Amino acid sequence: MDAADVEAVWRIESARIVAALTRFTGDFGLAEDAAQEAVAEALVSWPLSPPANPVGWLKATARRRAIDAIRRRAALQDRYALLAADGETGPGELDPGEIDPDRIDDDVLALMFVSCHPVLSPEARVALTLRVVAGLSSEEIARAFLVPVPTVQARITRGKKTIAAAGVPFELPAAGERRERLGGVLSVLYVIFTEGSTATSGDRLLRPDVAYEAIRLARTLAALLPDEPEVHGLLALCELTAARFPARTGPDGAPVLLEDQDRRRWDFSAIRRGLAALATASVRGLGPYGLQAAIAAAHASASSVEATDWDRIVVLYEALGRVAPSPVVELNRAVAVAMASGPEPALAIVDELVAANRLPGSHLAPAVRGELLARLGRRAEARAELELAARLCANLRERSVLLRKAAALR
Amino acid sequence: MSKYMLIMRGTDESNAAMMANIDEMMATSRQFIEDLFKAGVYVAAEGLDDPGQGVVVDFSGETPVVTDGPYGETKELFGGFFLVDVASKQEAIEWAKRVPAAPGAKVEVRRVPGSDEAPQAGA
Repeated sequence: MDAADVEAVWRIESARIVAALTRFTGDFGLAEDAAQEAVAEALVSWPLSPPANPVGWLKATARRRAIDAIRRRAALQDRYALLAADGETGPGELDPGEIDPDRIDDDVLALMFVSCHPVLSPEARVALTLRVVAGLSSEEIARAFLVPVPTVQARITRGKKTIAAAGVPFELPAAGERRERLGGVLSVLYVIFTEGSTATSGDRLLRPDVAYEAIRLARTLAALLPDEPEVHGLLALCELTAARFPARTGPDGAPVLLEDQDRRRWDFSAIRRGLAALATASVRGLGPYGLQAAIAAAHASASSVEATDWDRIVVLYEALGRVAPSPVVELNRAVAVAMASGPEPALAIVDELVAANRLPGSHLAPAVRGELLARLGRRAEARAELELAARLCANLRERSVLLRKAAALR
Repeated sequence: MSKYMLIMRGTDESNAAMMANIDEMMATSRQFIEDLFKAGVYVAAEGLDDPGQGVVVDFSGETPVVTDGPYGETKELFGGFFLVDVASKQEAIEWAKRVPAAPGAKVEVRRVPGSDEAPQAGA
């Protein structure tokens, strides 16, 4: 057994092990530390002597490390007594939390809610979710977000301290705050997905491995909370967006715009999964993620840009603007309006956004404005806008597309 | 990340052993699918009927020839599959080790290439 085998077992078991240990010790940070120690030990000892029962080995070792840590903490004497008695049962024994499958499901859910808790910084939420729930190493998270490993480690350490200092309980949110807290979890998954689907920096437009983590987490959440429409909405949005990945970059890695994509390269089984998730999400009216998924579905179901139902997309953007107002939604509505009714009414929407300075410093508004001006034949203005957009854009691949468009207007 | 198909290959003996404990086998299979589902890796799963009930359509000649019965003389018969979307080949193997299977059965692990890897029509 080598490191990759250890990682594979860990990927499958991490959330359940950390969740059960947190339930057991009442201490999220301690549970996470103990679980990480167990993995580190596995990486050393499994290649030399592979355990007969790897999962049982990990659970037993993590539990022993948790007991060691509690022993070191005099303040937790009473819990220690409880644990030590239970710790005599030896390796391979099931944790009490895992005898009842509903209980472990709730504990995994609680783990997601704690990792995405509003007391944490957005960066810490992402790092903790990927590490604790998805079972990624700090190195993998650093690679995903193009930040140094020590930065990720610091975010996780600080995050655990914040959770402890704020006394965040290990439990599912109360009914009154459940909707809002779930929204917090969904937005963390969405941030991870968008980092994979449009990298904010670096030389690659797509990082499907990062997007995959979000999809996997969304599937887990949908399995654990089957009655929450927005969970299915987010899953549908991710599946339908990822379905276009194979056509979104050319052989040289350059972005291919929607209108130029070879739609035969879209992943049709992902589209089918996305449409199925969207159908589940639509049972009680669509929320913000469901509406975005419905827009993605309108694209996914069209054989070409011309055959796309742009009027429907405009209506969906209007609905999205009502439930989740944002300048980016307005900008996308403008693009849809341009396709449905021509560039002029679209330009009016963008000009309003720019006049109100609602997207300061973003390359998106000038990029769209440049496109619309070009379609109206106002070439010099269009070129200036596209050049401005290129200067503001941090993704090298997107930037070169903008510069190419600007150059074409000379 | 990639999709992998975990292909169940049973022998006459393992199939008989499975049928002898069919209720237990069904329950563990359901639990296994539930585990895949909650891990966020489940894509699809199906089990196949008795190969003796199968039909083979053979394209060797000018027109397809239909014959009853199992395909060829294979000792290990394709009995069903789980399609999983996992982080690595090692993870696919780890799930394959957990497939409910009777003694003597085998599970073949095969990668499903993404649509960006498939040969392009007209290219």
